[in-house]
Amino acid sequence: MCNQSVGLIQRAVEERGISTVSITLDESITKRVKPTRALSVPYGFGYPLGEPNNPELQHALIAEALALLADETPPPILRAFVRKGMQ
Amino acid sequence: MASIFKLDNLYRFFMRAYPVKSYGGTPPNAPVRKALNQCRVALITTAGLHLQEQKPYDDRIIGGDCSYREIPNTIETHVLVLGHRSKAFDASGTESDINLVLPLDRFRELETEGKIGSLNDRHFSFMGSITKPKPLIQKTAPEVGKMLKADGVDVAFLTPV
Repeated sequence: MCNQSVGLIQRAVEERGISTVSITLDESITKRVKPTRALSVPYGFGYPLGEPNNPELQHALIAEALALLADETPPPILRAFVRKGMQ
Repeated sequence: MASIFKLDNLYRFFMRAYPVKSYGGTPPNAPVRKALNQCRVALITTAGLHLQEQKPYDDRIIGGDCSYREIPNTIETHVLVLGHRSKAFDASGTESDINLVLPLDRFRELETEGKIGSLNDRHFSFMGSITKPKPLIQKTAPEVGKMLKADGVDVAFLTPV
C-alpha cells in the first residue's frame, strides 16, 4: 500500500504548486493512482533505492528520477530505471 | 517459511486485485521553473520513520495511521527508527542503511556538490500499509503540502518502502 500512499501524497503536494517526483516499486498501483512523475525501479519491496550501502547505485537512481523533472511530456510520466550493465 | 522473494511476488499478486482507486484525467502538474541547482528540496517517505522521542505510529488504527512525523534536516540518519513493519517487505536493508528509504545522505552530497540548491530544514515521513486513505487524502497529505509550500520548497522527492 506504500506505493498507493506515495502517489496520493505526491498528488496533494503537487497540487500545492511543488514539483514532485517519486520512486515506485509497483507499477500496477502507480498506473492507477497516476502521480505526476514516477520512476519505476526493479527492486523488491523495502528496497526503493536499490541496495543498502551502495551510494553509487542510489545516486544513479536519484539522478534518473530527478531528470524526470525536466521531462516535458504531459503527465502522468512513468519511466523505468534500467541499471547499467543489466540491459 | 516462504522466502522474501516469494512473499514479494505474493504481495504483488494480491495488490493487482486490490481495489485501489483509479484516477482519470491528468494529474496536477507544477513544472519546476528553475534549474535544479537553484531548487530547495524536501524528502518524503512512507517508511514510517520517526525519531526516538516522537510518538510511534499507531498500528491499532483500522485502515492505517495517516499521521506524519517531521524529520529535521540536521538529523543523523542512523538514529531514525523504522516504525513500519510488514510481512510484505524485508526490513533488513533499511536497518543497515536508512538511505535505502530516505536518501538524506545522498541528497546532502548533491547539496555539497552544488547539484541541488539546498535541502529544506525539514522532511516528512508517513506510515505505510494504509488501506483507508481518506484522512491522508483530505487532511494529512494536504497539510504537508501546505507546510512545504510555506517553507519555499520547489521540489519534493518521494519514496515508498
